[in-house]
Amino acid sequence: MASSIGLYSLFFGLSSSFLIIFFSIRNFKNLNIFDNKIISLTFLQLLFVIISFIGLILSFVNSDFSNETVYNHSHTTKPLFYKISGTWGNHEGSLLLWLLVLTLFIFIFLITSKQQNKQYRILTLLFQQIIIIGFFIFIIKTSNPFNYIFPVPIEGLGLNPILQDPALAIHPPILYLGYVGSSIIFSSTLAATTLKYISKEWAKHIKQWVLVSWIFLTLGILLGSIWAYYELGWGGFWFWDPVENVSLMPWLALTTLLHCILVLEKRLTLTSWVVVLSISTFTLSMSGTFLVRSGILNSVHTFANDPDRGLFILIFLFSLIFLSLFIFFFFHRTQNKNINSFYWLSKETSILVNNWFMMYFLTVVLIGTIYPIFLEVISSEKISVGPPFYNKLIIPFLIPFLLAMAIGPKLNWIKSDLENKLNLILFLVISILLSAFIVSLLNINFLLNTILVSSAFYLFLITLKDFLIKKFKNLSQNIAHFGFSLLILSILFNNIFSTEIITNLKIGETFKTEKFKINFQNIEKKEEQNFVSITGKFNVENLDGDFTIMEPELRIYNQPNIVTSEADIKTNIFEDKFMTMNIVQNQEYFNIRYQTKPFMIWIWISVLIISFGGLKSLFIKKYEK
Amino acid sequence: MKNKILPIFLSVFFLISFFIFYKGLQTPNIYIPKTDIQKRIPIFEAEIFDTVNKINSEDIFKENKFYLLNIWASWCLPCRDEHSLLISLNNQKDINIIGLNYKDNYENAKKFLKELGSPYKKILLDKDGTIAIEWGAYGVPETFLIYNKKIIKKIIGPLDKNSVMEIKELIK
Repeated sequence: MASSIGLYSLFFGLSSSFLIIFFSIRNFKNLNIFDNKIISLTFLQLLFVIISFIGLILSFVNSDFSNETVYNHSHTTKPLFYKISGTWGNHEGSLLLWLLVLTLFIFIFLITSKQQNKQYRILTLLFQQIIIIGFFIFIIKTSNPFNYIFPVPIEGLGLNPILQDPALAIHPPILYLGYVGSSIIFSSTLAATTLKYISKEWAKHIKQWVLVSWIFLTLGILLGSIWAYYELGWGGFWFWDPVENVSLMPWLALTTLLHCILVLEKRLTLTSWVVVLSISTFTLSMSGTFLVRSGILNSVHTFANDPDRGLFILIFLFSLIFLSLFIFFFFHRTQNKNINSFYWLSKETSILVNNWFMMYFLTVVLIGTIYPIFLEVISSEKISVGPPFYNKLIIPFLIPFLLAMAIGPKLNWIKSDLENKLNLILFLVISILLSAFIVSLLNINFLLNTILVSSAFYLFLITLKDFLIKKFKNLSQNIAHFGFSLLILSILFNNIFSTEIITNLKIGETFKTEKFKINFQNIEKKEEQNFVSITGKFNVENLDGDFTIMEPELRIYNQPNIVTSEADIKTNIFEDKFMTMNIVQNQEYFNIRYQTKPFMIWIWISVLIISFGGLKSLFIKKYEK
Repeated sequence: MKNKILPIFLSVFFLISFFIFYKGLQTPNIYIPKTDIQKRIPIFEAEIFDTVNKINSEDIFKENKFYLLNIWASWCLPCRDEHSLLISLNNQKDINIIGLNYKDNYENAKKFLKELGSPYKKILLDKDGTIAIEWGAYGVPETFLIYNKKIIKKIIGPLDKNSVMEIKELIK
């Protein structure tokens, strides 16, 4: 029942698109005032998609296995929370969610842009409707979430247990808010380019959308990373997996765009950058969808693969790319040369430097992700690109990038001179000494690590100093840059100081090293709603006598029959203790993996600080100088 | 004139990209390995564990003999689970077990073998995972039973009592 309503609602939603387009075109030519019918129709379309989405949620909640999506991804014994989150934990449902956000955002865009030019609003809506129609057809034709199966199965196949995690339940919606926000930026930029509407006012207005998408995208990536750390139990937080990369690429483009928009808002320059970046952010999000959903890439994110889907997104994606290329080359004209000029030591230059670094990082990630596909098609040679590639190409370039991040914000527009040169040099010396001291205590590559740590410390100290003596020009920027330096420092120290031990223990045994001993005390078995849990109890004792109880868990799920290992993670502000346990078959031994990971929590905190910088800029519009 | 070069160049570039992705989609099995059995084993060259020598697959898998290729890694927990089964199989039956050490760290792999023992006649190295792709492996662990240079049985995931029984039946 709920399924059929959902399906019909989808068709109605698609039909409203055509009505919206009809009225928009009529309104675009004829009237001077904005036709309110269009807003009502957009709202109606949103309503249809909401009904359809609720229909799918209800089918999941009621475990209606006549619906193929529910049958494939749910089970009666699953807790209610995961039945609901299971709605978007699969290909079909997640596309419906994507569509929901698309229609929601364009509605919000229409009601919040009343002071903007009428033609610009309508054209943005039209471009957005092209995307919306594309998604409607994609869902209905290739990924219908409401397919009926007969005879009706008694039980569903169940949701993959590794997806049954709170962080992952909200990770897709947050990430999609970011991705889809970029579609508004895309449509709006195309509209503004066509109408030659790009101006300081436009920049101010679209900056809100850039910030919103950027905050959601940042948080979405953070949640995905938290999930990987806590649930996958590999003890890492970023694996350079193709699917992680495809979410990182739009983020890099969007971050660059954010900086360019700030310049555009103040100085009306870098317009080509803004247009190109707006287009790339959205097309990169779409390419991400293509790469993940078509099965052309191999990754931990397994969606049911279907070449038809791939073909559809591919054609759709390239139509959008060619549409954007056409608009860019036929309508876009750069501004008068006079306005563009600026002195080499100025804020504009520093932002351009930032742009080029970001483009470099983006290119590295893009090549690492796409090149294996190209190579395979051209020469049928198979390669796999892993973390060493990214680390080697990205890490050394972080050094000048971090230094530029520290100095750039101190410069003025157009022409500038560095104030307090002595101060800046003093801080550099302090950072180098501090890092050299820390690195020399360890047995690692001295030169590279010292330079790397000092550049991160430099940004850290400079931004920290600015907080303390309140000498910043822009608080949000200072917060975000401070967060970034903290992120790099935490990642560096996390890598340098991590330790790991793998051993087999049976109950009662003790494992000793020079620094600590691990005692396996007992195990406990419990029956839960849809799994059996086996929890081990370990006493980890340091040399100085403090001890921690670690309780890693094994879960044996009934549907589908999968064993997952739940790491026990004890977090404090200095380090995480991380333990996983696994069965060694037919033996009384358990396999134990124990890791200490310093400053783990600071990685999450620093990303939160970075997004808080964006949030502050969104709500407090005052922008000092 | 200068203004026209860039659009044309970009259009050509994107058209080529489109074509390549399209071709990529035509062979959707790129990374989805074939499961059909009786497939000939791939021909490859690999480094031997603990040495600097390389060996060709033609010199490993002889005709009229049973081989078991086991893909493993020290970081892979299920590999530990199945290890005892491999050792007991090696002791009981006349079968050559070949290990393929997948994307592993040399020190850890050595520790792993020292701790749990080695059932392997030979261990080949697959540092970047390409040999496993050639074999059509989904991941680690995975085990292939080979006879006359053909894969006659493939076990995805760790071995258990049933799959070991099946292997024993097949090599009788």
